[in-house]
Amino acid sequence: MQAPMESDDTCRTCSAIPGKIVEVSESAHSALVDVAGVTRQVDLMLIQDEQLAPGDWILTHVGFGLSKITEDDALGHLHALEILGERGTESYDQSRVT
Amino acid sequence: MKYLDEFRNPQLIAKAVDEICRLADPQRQYRLMEVCGGHTHAIYRFGLKDLLPANIELIHGPGCPVCVLPMGRIDDGLAIAAQPDVIFAAFGDMMRVPGTHGSPLEHKARGMNVRVIYSPSDAIKLAQSNPGKHVMFFAIGFETTAPSTALTLLRAKAERLHNFSVFCNHVTIIPAIRAILDSPDMRIDGFIGPGHVSTVIGCRPYEWVARNEGKPIVVSGFEPLDLLQSIAMILSQLQKGEAKVENQYKRVVPWEGNGAALRWMADVFQLRPYFEWRGLGFISQSALRIRESFAEWDAEQRFQVPGISVTDPKAAQCGEVLKGVLKPSQCKLFSRECTPDNPVGSLMVSSEGSCAAYYNYELRKNPKENSLCTLA
Repeated sequence: MQAPMESDDTCRTCSAIPGKIVEVSESAHSALVDVAGVTRQVDLMLIQDEQLAPGDWILTHVGFGLSKITEDDALGHLHALEILGERGTESYDQSRVT
Repeated sequence: MKYLDEFRNPQLIAKAVDEICRLADPQRQYRLMEVCGGHTHAIYRFGLKDLLPANIELIHGPGCPVCVLPMGRIDDGLAIAAQPDVIFAAFGDMMRVPGTHGSPLEHKARGMNVRVIYSPSDAIKLAQSNPGKHVMFFAIGFETTAPSTALTLLRAKAERLHNFSVFCNHVTIIPAIRAILDSPDMRIDGFIGPGHVSTVIGCRPYEWVARNEGKPIVVSGFEPLDLLQSIAMILSQLQKGEAKVENQYKRVVPWEGNGAALRWMADVFQLRPYFEWRGLGFISQSALRIRESFAEWDAEQRFQVPGISVTDPKAAQCGEVLKGVLKPSQCKLFSRECTPDNPVGSLMVSSEGSCAAYYNYELRKNPKENSLCTLA
């Protein structure tokens, strides 16, 4: 599945993208999250009341976890975003701070 | 069926369309507003408009933060970035938004230090790795994004990061809905409520829409089935003569919202007395400013800001389109002077702006040729 909605000119201020937790930090304040094929550091402070573990899915928005979601919802959401998006994983990295 | 063939549940989609057709009174015209720009994009991209009966009109609302930002604010941010040793950091969707003398991307081409970031946290890292520069983060977005900026400001203060500031353009959704309902030339029968904003604010803030204005509002997800179910839920309320807030997106949106996010926002931000919205004018208590206790990290307090209100190009009718008075194609500039490659107004810049969505998906096809509804 290609990375959705992550070109430099798509709307990052509206969209939230599902990601799968790879590793939760010791403090549980952040996690490494696989967001459409790219592993990112995601801040978990907005969902700190959730019990989160590797394999869980969360909705991410501008590098912050917004809510915990089920795998079924995550895959459905990713599928929809894939159809909405125009570009692939490579553009994801182009938007990173250099 | 062009787009639905790609989706996983065509049978369920057809069932939802049948339900909409059953609930829609053929003698009545319905005007439903999708508040969120993400919904606008999804509606066009999935061809959902084509599936609805002809008497249901979807009006595109003000929920695209890039689209409602007035040009003067872009000029203000760029004026700060024009000062020596300042780095302008913003999300990618801001890069092509036109200011009076060009977009951030055009300023970058002329030598301005402009960086695209993925997260506000990246702006912090940028400041840490450039101690001789000042990083100004151009913050934009509704309540979905504002908590991340709040946490970033808390972090900057805790780390005493003195070469970092935020130019705050966060706006709030409820006053915009109120402004639309107050507009004399606007008639809306019901609202498709924003999904991701509501993960933060919850559903309760919409209750006045139902209670005081007598309009149904259904908070909706972004998948085609979500949107069609939400439309059916609005029609069901209208059929019964009801007006209430319903949450179709329960799997993600808690009724009370995200308490932690709301607390952090309250710690860092306060409401501005008024703020200018493109197309809607000045709306009272509709935007956030940074509290005095974070003044050192507030770009508006730290730098001289021109603060000039800039009128949009006269021929562009972004305001009327934003309020749903005109369809994108009825603007004089649409697809002529104003295109996604050469946007005059911001509604053509963002992929979630109604003009860009209309241009990309709607322009070249016959609107009703794919309708599934036998009653239409």
